[in-house]
Amino acid sequence: MLSIEIKVEALHAWYGNDEVLHGIDLAIEPRSVTAIIGPSGCGKSTFIRCLNRLHETNPGARVAGHVWVGGEDVYRMDPIDVRRTIGMVFQRPNPFPTMSIFDNVALGLKFAGVKDRRRLRARVEESLAMAALWDEVKDRLHQPAMSLSGGQQQRLCIARALAVEPRVLLMDEPTSALDPISTMRIEELVQNLKQTYTIVIVTHNMQQAARIADQTAFFLDGHLIEVGPTSKVFTKPDDKRTEDYVSGRFG
Amino acid sequence: MKRRSDRVLDGWLWFAALLALALFMAFFIMLGTESRASVLRFGWRFVVTSVWDPVHSVFGALPFLYGTAVTSLFALVFGGLVGVCTAVFLVYFVRGWFRSWLGGAIELLAAIPSVVYGLWGLFVLAPWLQHTLEPWLGRWLGFLPLFQGVPYGVGYLAAGLILSVMILPTVTALSRDVLLAVPRDIHEGALALGATTQEMITHVALPYARSGIISALMLGLGRAVGETIAVTMVIGNRPEISASLFAPGYTMASVIANEFTEATTHVYLSALYEVGLLLFLLTVAFYVVARLFIRGIAKTEGNV
Repeated sequence: MLSIEIKVEALHAWYGNDEVLHGIDLAIEPRSVTAIIGPSGCGKSTFIRCLNRLHETNPGARVAGHVWVGGEDVYRMDPIDVRRTIGMVFQRPNPFPTMSIFDNVALGLKFAGVKDRRRLRARVEESLAMAALWDEVKDRLHQPAMSLSGGQQQRLCIARALAVEPRVLLMDEPTSALDPISTMRIEELVQNLKQTYTIVIVTHNMQQAARIADQTAFFLDGHLIEVGPTSKVFTKPDDKRTEDYVSGRFG
Repeated sequence: MKRRSDRVLDGWLWFAALLALALFMAFFIMLGTESRASVLRFGWRFVVTSVWDPVHSVFGALPFLYGTAVTSLFALVFGGLVGVCTAVFLVYFVRGWFRSWLGGAIELLAAIPSVVYGLWGLFVLAPWLQHTLEPWLGRWLGFLPLFQGVPYGVGYLAAGLILSVMILPTVTALSRDVLLAVPRDIHEGALALGATTQEMITHVALPYARSGIISALMLGLGRAVGETIAVTMVIGNRPEISASLFAPGYTMASVIANEFTEATTHVYLSALYEVGLLLFLLTVAFYVVARLFIRGIAKTEGNV
């Protein structure tokens, strides 16, 4: 029996009166990559935003159901602690523009109460190294984050998320605003990071899911239609709708 | 090849744009030539001495410079702080009808005519200051020179408070709009790192919005420096410098408003024009400093 890192049970989510997730059940193994695919508006972003309780920060947004991470019920925890346990990388690189490269990575640590300069510095270096950015920025840590290229900014955002030592990393279409070479670097990075972290990645790009994910979940209209090993979902899906989507007939 | 209608429009736009520039230059030249007599006669003494004696034609404008500086800085600090805090409250702590209702009410403060502020200041605020607030401040903070002396009611404190209220709508409305324009993904970036709402505001949103907030404060300061009638009604109009906020004083704008009808001699009128010139230069200087400051911030942030 394999262990479970993330367990989702009967998860519903609303925007105002619109129900956008209709009861999702999903289990994710530790140190694996799970891809969430589906057409625009199918609820895949909302789904991962429910995992770190970011969905409920939207006005009028509501969630019901259960999410366990490492055995703990996320919806019984303090949301601040949840978001330290579950890091997130967004669709468009969003480094804090008023801050230097160093300060961007150190900010989460400061929120967590780390004050010791030497520890901050060590952790910033580690995180940048894990995000495969250290060599490119080690001589310019105090330059503005906005001086980096788009792909570098996104790796900076990954480093920022890793700095607080989360268990899980959520990625919401992390490469959709990037060029192919930057995209490839992020994909390689995901492959390395899964040795340490459990990764859930939303993607619009089915080739990307096929390249990097161990498990793929297909969402449609707020329902989880099918979930399974990536190769099976792409080659022998159980559901006709999954087959239509992965073969490019809609979406 | 441009069409005729385009050329006409072009001409109009150039005319309109150049008109503003020409007016600015005309004001500057007019103030310069009119204040010539005073500049030649008093030189630097005009801005460093504090005797204002029309009878003997001796003019030193330091009390007015001091009064304008004290009252507008008071408004900048007090009104600015309250304004920025109100903006943060409106953006992050209330939503829906209450936000728009409260925001609208604060913006309406800008629609009250200055003279009405003056009336209220003279008949409501000043007596309250004299009998309640100033004695209280004197008792608890009287060890500071700022809060010593006889409570007059009318004076720097009354003028500073009136100006604070008057710049509040400008500072609040602009800061609110600037904070509302902070992108959602910047806020979410902070939340996703485990920030509390307060940490998100202080570490991420306010720094992001700072150039806009500084512009808002500078616009408020500009209004405070130039405000005339309300201040004239509550400041006491005494050309003296005192460390106490309770004491009556005078500002540059109020001395011009009060004395232009009495300025019978050439040098008296010229002295008033020089006060006007200084006021004009002061507001231009504020504006330039604010622009440079904002540009400096923009530069350190790369292309943002």
